[in-house]
Amino acid sequence: MSTDTERTVSITVNGVPREATVPVRRLLSDALRHDLGLTGTHVGCEHGVCGACTVLVDGDPVRSCLMLAVQVDGREVTTVEGLARDDDRGGQVLHPVQEAFRECHALQCGFCTPGFLTTIAAGLEKRDNSIELTEEEVDEMVGGNLCRCTGYANIKKAVRHANAAMRDAQ
Amino acid sequence: MKPAPFRYADPGTLDEALEVLSAEGEGAKVLAGGQSLLPLLSMRLAAPATLVDINRVPGLDTVEATGDGVRVGALVRHAHLLHDAAAARIQPLLARATANVAHPAIRNRGTTVGSIAHADPSGEMTSVLALTDGSVSVATPGGVETIAWRDFFVGPLETSIHGPAVVTSAYFPALPARSGTAFSEVARRKGDYAVCGAGVVVTLDEDRRVAAVRAAYISVGLTPEVHDLTDAVAGQPAEKADWAAAGSLARTLVDPDTDIHASADYRRLLVGVLTERTLASAAAEAVGGME
Repeated sequence: MSTDTERTVSITVNGVPREATVPVRRLLSDALRHDLGLTGTHVGCEHGVCGACTVLVDGDPVRSCLMLAVQVDGREVTTVEGLARDDDRGGQVLHPVQEAFRECHALQCGFCTPGFLTTIAAGLEKRDNSIELTEEEVDEMVGGNLCRCTGYANIKKAVRHANAAMRDAQ
Repeated sequence: MKPAPFRYADPGTLDEALEVLSAEGEGAKVLAGGQSLLPLLSMRLAAPATLVDINRVPGLDTVEATGDGVRVGALVRHAHLLHDAAAARIQPLLARATANVAHPAIRNRGTTVGSIAHADPSGEMTSVLALTDGSVSVATPGGVETIAWRDFFVGPLETSIHGPAVVTSAYFPALPARSGTAFSEVARRKGDYAVCGAGVVVTLDEDRRVAAVRAAYISVGLTPEVHDLTDAVAGQPAEKADWAAAGSLARTLVDPDTDIHASADYRRLLVGVLTERTLASAAAEAVGGME
């Protein structure tokens, strides 16, 4: 079979079918930002350590800097821009995790925030929120993302806050 | 911090993968989970001419647990193995070690077999393959061969396979009867590369006396090694064996290196501490299993 240096990929991003022609070496993080104009995904370390670029691929959190854009052809990607939901008055309502971050002052400079929001949103959506969140679960959920401002206390508070909001909404 | 240009193929069968690997020659590299390979490309520590992405190859994403052991396919993500209850029953070290592999987002994508083929001395699963006396299956244009772990790991990031080849699975033999396991790491932050880690297997005799003790370490030495610590505690009752003596013995057997994260002496100290702790826990588990 042949090899390619460029490909056209079709990705459903935040529910919208998108297409882009990219060099095969294009990282998913760069494809989202440069080719699709979605700059909510932040690029920190570019080698998988900081977690700022975390997006959801078919619902699972992954580092978008550790995937090639060609690898998500035909798949669904959710970025931080896709967390809020449309309301019935033509506006948007924040995801409970976003709301909790605002409520708990869980961000300062905001650079790392998109990665936290996607990771925590997926983590809480995958669990039965009527079951009490353990301290270990919270640590595990945020441990793969670096934040140099907050000291994590308010981020962890926001996880529990969002958990309670999602439990009440169940 | 972007990968150098390369050619890309994503074959739909193993035969096609081997075909393109053969055609592309020396500069071709297999891409599975990419959680180690892509950082190397982005940091320009590696610049393969061609990436052969095996993610579309069918049949490689299964965990087969039988009474004899667990076979893990090349596309099984760490997260899948971590939550596979049947695999954990046959060989508990799999879930125990996988829980220490990086963070959930990395485990969602990274593959267990890929990390073994990557042969990083700070990887968990290389040492678990050694500790369980496992092997890998390697597909080449000439057929499939089984390579025992001792013959597979050659050096840091280096294995004995050359030329067109795909590691299609890793096989971890079952835990022997009357045995317990434990796995523990010391890392600067949870999910970071371990400064030092230890995996152990304790096997008892029918009178609950220590019959065999094996240990393997993470981030210690250039390739995985299994150390037999039985002599330090042989025949002692499992509940009150002198695990500290086994820890001391382990410290004399390892040969850690100094790097930016820790000195060789500190690593040697950790080998002793982690050995003592994990052996006590593994022995308690072995006793529990006999009740």
